[in-house]
Amino acid sequence: MPRLLPYLLLLPATAFLCLFFLYPFTLVAIDSLNHDGVWGFENFDRMASHWKFGPTFRNTILLAAVVVPLQLTLALMMASMVTRLKHARGAVLYIFAIPLGISDLAAGLVWLAIFEQSGFLNSALTGLGVIDKPMLFLGYQSKGVIFTAIVLTELWRATAIMMVILVAGMGLIPKEYGEAAEVFGASRWQRFRRVTLPLLKPSLQTALILRVIMAFEVFAVVLALGGTNLPVLMSETYHWQFTMQERGVAAAYAMVILGISVGFTVLILRLLHVPKEARP
Amino acid sequence: MSETTVRRAGNRVFIAAVVLACVWVLLPIYLLLINALSAPAEVTGFPKRFWPSFDLASIRFFLGFKGVTSALWNSVQVAVLTMVMAIGAGAPAGYALARFDFPGKQAFRFMVVMTRAFPLPLLALPLAVLFIRVGLDDTVIGLAFVHTTLALPFAVLITYSLFSGIPYELEEAALTLGCNRVQAFLKVVLPLAAPGIAASAVFAFVVSWNEVFASAVLTIEHRTLTAFLLQSLDVSPLPLKFAGGAALVLPALGFIFAVRKYLFAMWGIANR
Repeated sequence: MPRLLPYLLLLPATAFLCLFFLYPFTLVAIDSLNHDGVWGFENFDRMASHWKFGPTFRNTILLAAVVVPLQLTLALMMASMVTRLKHARGAVLYIFAIPLGISDLAAGLVWLAIFEQSGFLNSALTGLGVIDKPMLFLGYQSKGVIFTAIVLTELWRATAIMMVILVAGMGLIPKEYGEAAEVFGASRWQRFRRVTLPLLKPSLQTALILRVIMAFEVFAVVLALGGTNLPVLMSETYHWQFTMQERGVAAAYAMVILGISVGFTVLILRLLHVPKEARP
Repeated sequence: MSETTVRRAGNRVFIAAVVLACVWVLLPIYLLLINALSAPAEVTGFPKRFWPSFDLASIRFFLGFKGVTSALWNSVQVAVLTMVMAIGAGAPAGYALARFDFPGKQAFRFMVVMTRAFPLPLLALPLAVLFIRVGLDDTVIGLAFVHTTLALPFAVLITYSLFSGIPYELEEAALTLGCNRVQAFLKVVLPLAAPGIAASAVFAFVVSWNEVFASAVLTIEHRTLTAFLLQSLDVSPLPLKFAGGAALVLPALGFIFAVRKYLFAMWGIANR
């Protein structure tokens, strides 16, 4: 009996993951390859030949390419702050972690309050005399501003996840390494660059994988701030599923998102590979 | 300049940076709350004041809007079900991973960690059809199943690190003193692990409360708050959006406060 006990304990979770994780993903794959009962790449053809696919794909990748590096820098800075703090560490960590509990839709609405035409940015700018009358920031003609607003929202919302992981990772690095480097005359920056960063690789890996996948899933933030002006992969998936009622094409979009997610996960695992014997 | 002046100046810059970062996080939330706590005319008016008028008309408008209260209630129901299922399935798995060595352990851990490499909300697409076939479409429990899949990996990892932190010797002592395995767990391990389990339950609640895509795909009549707000984005007036946003954000402040001690345990990085 004791030999079976662990398996018994794992059974509910395993059953759940098989039924609601592995099985549905097989179904998406099947849906994407099946158009009206005919097998083939028809759905992918329809997806790729639609004029919106190019901009949609570009927008998603571009957003990820802009947001993730900035966010990594910001998260490293915030994590270093928390690690270095001696007083009020708990309070600061709590404040930094708040966005972790805020949904992407709520974050979009938070920044909508700032960027809409009668919003706080316009109020502040007119109050300071920078502009005479409120500007339309989120109109369909100003895609650049919409893009910037989305980048800011994503930076605000999702830095917390990376920060928490990096703080945990920094806590695992033995203090002696940094102290030794200090004895040999390394500056603060050199210690960060040569000691902390290399030893942080495992948590950097986790943080980047989570974040990059979230970046490809960007959805509600874009809808809240840009409506349909800036299509991304997830919003197009939703659009094909509901407005167009074409589940096959929606599934093809899902496979694209899945594909780039898995691709980047493998890439990050490769790039930040840590040999087992070198782990702290 | 002596070394202490340099150090003191450096410290001041450091503190300024910390304060700035705190403002960066808190200011947007404050601005949203101003809108939620002002009258609708002020919300659409211009220019905005930078403090609220504490007029509850926007909130009343939001709560009186057709479908909002039922959406709120649906959100709570889904989140509670998610919480129960995620802990019910996740905690035993976490316990097994922490206490036993058995063939297949690595494979299970791999599957749990791998779920994070997938955009899970997409699961909702095939499940929408499957649920119609089995009569789970547009139900609270159907959506809760999907949300549990999202929350389960976190529940497993948090409880795993939690149970690993409780010495096995305590359980052994209880066993030698005449407890059976179940009693030893209930009387010794559970009281020690309870706060952490509660925290991971809260986290499961948050995951469900905040989820947008799957909720919007899987619910039609029984929409959750996120689904309701998303689907009425292009038709709803600004006061409704901001009051709704505040309704989503405010619980988050409490949630994160409740789980703050366990923030590090849920990412699958070893911690001591």
